[in-house]
Amino acid sequence: MVPTWVVVVVSVGYLGLLFAIAYAGDRRALAGRSIISNGAIYALSIAVYATSWTYYGSVGSAAEGGIAWLPIYLGPMVVVTVWWVVLRKIIRICRRDRITSLADFVASRYGKSQLLGGLVTVIAVLGLVPYIALQLKAISTTFTILRDEAGPAAAPVGSVPVLQDTGLYAALLLAAFTIVFGTRHLDATERHEGMVAAIAFESLVKLVAFLVVGAWVTFGLFDGFSDIVARAAERPELAELLTLRTTTGYGTFFWLTVLSMLAFLLLPRQWQVAVVENVDEQHLRTASWLFPLYLLLINLFVLPIALGGLLIFGDDVDADTFVLALPMADGSPLLALLVFVGGLSAATGMVIVETIALSTMVSNSLVMPLLLRSRGIAGGRDLGRLVLLVRRVTIVALLLLGFAYFRIATDALGLVQIGLISFAAVAQFAPAVLGGLYWKGATHAGAMAGLVAGILTWGHTLLLPSFSDSGWLPRSLPVEGPFGIELLAPYALLGLDGLDPVSHAMLWSMLANVGFMVAVSLAGGARPVERVQAAVFVDAMRRPRGPGDTVLLRGTTTVGALQGVLERFVGPGGAREALDGYAARTAADVGQDADADADLIHHVESLLAGAVGTASARALVSTVVTEEPLGMDEVMEILDEASQVRAYSQALERKSAELEEASAELRRANEQLQELDRLKDDFVSTVTHELRTPLTSIRAFSEILLDNPDLDPDERHGFLRPIVDETERLTRLINQVLDLAKLEAGGVEWHLAPVDLREVVTAATTASAQLFRERDVALELDLPTTLPDVTADSDRVFQVLLNLLGNAVKFADPERGRVRVGLSVHAGEVQVDVEDNGPGVPEAERKVIFDKFRQGGDTHRDRPAGTGLGLPISREIIGRLGGRLWVGERPGPGATFSFTLPIARTEPS
Amino acid sequence: MTRRVLIVDDEPNIVTSLEFIMRRSGFETAVARDGDQALEEVERFDPDLVLLDTMMPRRDGYEVCQTLRAQGRTDLRIVMLTAKGRETEVAKGLAVGADSYVTKPFSTRDLVALVRELLPEEGP
Repeated sequence: MVPTWVVVVVSVGYLGLLFAIAYAGDRRALAGRSIISNGAIYALSIAVYATSWTYYGSVGSAAEGGIAWLPIYLGPMVVVTVWWVVLRKIIRICRRDRITSLADFVASRYGKSQLLGGLVTVIAVLGLVPYIALQLKAISTTFTILRDEAGPAAAPVGSVPVLQDTGLYAALLLAAFTIVFGTRHLDATERHEGMVAAIAFESLVKLVAFLVVGAWVTFGLFDGFSDIVARAAERPELAELLTLRTTTGYGTFFWLTVLSMLAFLLLPRQWQVAVVENVDEQHLRTASWLFPLYLLLINLFVLPIALGGLLIFGDDVDADTFVLALPMADGSPLLALLVFVGGLSAATGMVIVETIALSTMVSNSLVMPLLLRSRGIAGGRDLGRLVLLVRRVTIVALLLLGFAYFRIATDALGLVQIGLISFAAVAQFAPAVLGGLYWKGATHAGAMAGLVAGILTWGHTLLLPSFSDSGWLPRSLPVEGPFGIELLAPYALLGLDGLDPVSHAMLWSMLANVGFMVAVSLAGGARPVERVQAAVFVDAMRRPRGPGDTVLLRGTTTVGALQGVLERFVGPGGAREALDGYAARTAADVGQDADADADLIHHVESLLAGAVGTASARALVSTVVTEEPLGMDEVMEILDEASQVRAYSQALERKSAELEEASAELRRANEQLQELDRLKDDFVSTVTHELRTPLTSIRAFSEILLDNPDLDPDERHGFLRPIVDETERLTRLINQVLDLAKLEAGGVEWHLAPVDLREVVTAATTASAQLFRERDVALELDLPTTLPDVTADSDRVFQVLLNLLGNAVKFADPERGRVRVGLSVHAGEVQVDVEDNGPGVPEAERKVIFDKFRQGGDTHRDRPAGTGLGLPISREIIGRLGGRLWVGERPGPGATFSFTLPIARTEPS
Repeated sequence: MTRRVLIVDDEPNIVTSLEFIMRRSGFETAVARDGDQALEEVERFDPDLVLLDTMMPRRDGYEVCQTLRAQGRTDLRIVMLTAKGRETEVAKGLAVGADSYVTKPFSTRDLVALVRELLPEEGP
């Protein structure tokens, strides 16, 4: 319907456009004006995930199983949510160590193992050749449909001679394109800005084309979404597709989601665009919402197109080709051409990136390690060209392999099945990659065992049956098992049936993979370099690669020797430039004969790693470095040092915080002690003063009496009296000081008992009677007839009352002195009031009279011969007995001192 | 001419004993019981020497001493009597212009000797 030449011209023209974009991208990158330094471009390049499988296959899948096609897109959306955690870590590790492929990542993580890198590469190639075949098949099929005047019924693949097969020419054309853009030069970062720009453009083209055809089917052929749905609902076999109940069951739904999650992260092409080509971690943020949006848009019309195709064609046309067949059948060649270009975009994008990624893996992780083993080649010059040659050959070989697979095997399988087989193979990397990223205990042997076990299970449960589907092996094999052993039946291993082939294969292969990896890792046996790599990978976000890590390459060589190795890959100019750059940064001596330090060796190794992979780089560098092997002890020391230093510094911080706290406490305690010390000093000084004063009188009078024996008896008596008085005063003072000290120190024994205060008051007034008589002060007792007992020590209360009565007498009016003692009951307490008719206590003194040695009554005439300790002692006693002692606030004349004591709890009688 | 000694203390017994001792030693005496009275008595009695207690109600001895010196009474001898014998108090007393410093309890003979030394017979 569309002339062949038109299709060819459009196809070649489209590739020409891509070429122009990629060329411009590379030119701008060289000029330092990157066009891909942009989150949107990054997100679009990641959309290389949507291949022709998406473009054509989703509709086919939806036509068959309703929403069963969705998991392939749900998976990535789930992964996007943890991108910032997982992918950012991977990106950081890869940038730091110049890791340029998935195989190199795995190899590097497990001790720069050439073996592991090679194994990953083999598995990747094995798993992805069918996927590449899938793209060739799509190109070939759509090409045929487009030009086939016979109509949309697909011509069977393989019915044309090889040399007339468009798939072959598509493969060769793509190989050429990929070689031009993927392997033009050898670069340590392995970035391809032009290619990324072209891929982003392709993502845009396929999206637009699919949206256009989707809108055309929905609104052109039908009357909107509701129309299609309504018409489909009338047909029972179509109505089922509209329900959420998938034809395959939820187990399948789950496993497909898991599968696509892992594939999205681990497919070499996804790794290439998301990790290797990432120029800025921040682009992840943009892509985190832009990429899911892209997936949403490209899936918007999948179900309408599928339903529309089924409504129009029924079962006459392969649902995988609905997208193209619908405009063809409607006689819209231009639209069909647009659809074809969109599909071409999806297919070429995938093929280009996948083959570049795979060629890097094959050259760096498979071929170079093998070549470097033979001394002849290792010693030759300009290995850079050799690396490029290996990659180019690999690209051509991959595409031809894909073409061969397409010719031989794809006939019997749908697009989706082929894609899933590839996905399942790639998923086998998950335990090694993710485990290696978060579990330091994962070892080389463990990763190896897991990978081998996983891929063998995959081969048995998925690849083998696909061969039998192709007719190479007996058709009955998947169900009956090899040699009729049912336990080994690929679709029902160990008798587990009831699952679809992909879920079944995933279950068993993941079980085997993870199981072996964990078990073997736990069995131990990690080499020193593995431990180091484990630590620097797992702790990647926490610590930058430090000088300590390079100690592992302890050895001696000269700068000249290193330069020689470097020259073979990046040319003499590049090598000199790299060394000068290093010298400028570190001020190291990079003269030819200078000794290369560990950091320089590491630097050169990482430069080489970008070109030939970490394992080969290690091998290359070791050809010129006389390495001194490191013992396990030394490695553990280096590793432990880092973690111990962290631990120590944390411990130190904790200690210093504790010390600060302790010293603050000490300071507070010290201040308190100083305050106490000052108080004690004051107290001692005051007591000393109070002691010296009576002593002065005693000494003076004694000396007078001694020196004047001629004194008359009256004078003698007058001088002896004060001696006796002052001696009493001294005794009282000493007793009270001791009493107060004991009270304050809590060393007093309290004899608590129910006490009738009337008795104590009576006893105290009786004891003071002499004093009252001497001063001619009247005493008035105001005692109630009944009074509850208080709990107290009666001797101590007696002491307090004596003190208060003494004060009252002393201050009572000198002419008509009167003192009243009253008892009353208030809320659970008995109150004692001692009232005099003296001048009263001035407001200013009310507080201080309870302080030690602060005596009231400041006029010298009334000066009491007290010690200044009576009231403080009384207050202390009452306080200890659970009561209060205070002076009434009524302004003079007359002072009232009151105290309370708690009423004793009455025993039920 | 009889020398005059003013006795300033708030302890009656100390005042009594000092009065007796000073009179016995041939001095004319007057008494003040606090700082304010002391200043008044100096005006009224015009003593040659003051026996001044430091710890008193109203103005303490240091203040009285300082005031007297500030009034220009440089010829007046001042002996501080204190019950606090710490070095700082001695220094403080001398700093405010006291001529001597006696710690309680004191020897009456020593005190008389000190007063005599400060008031030589052949004065003006």
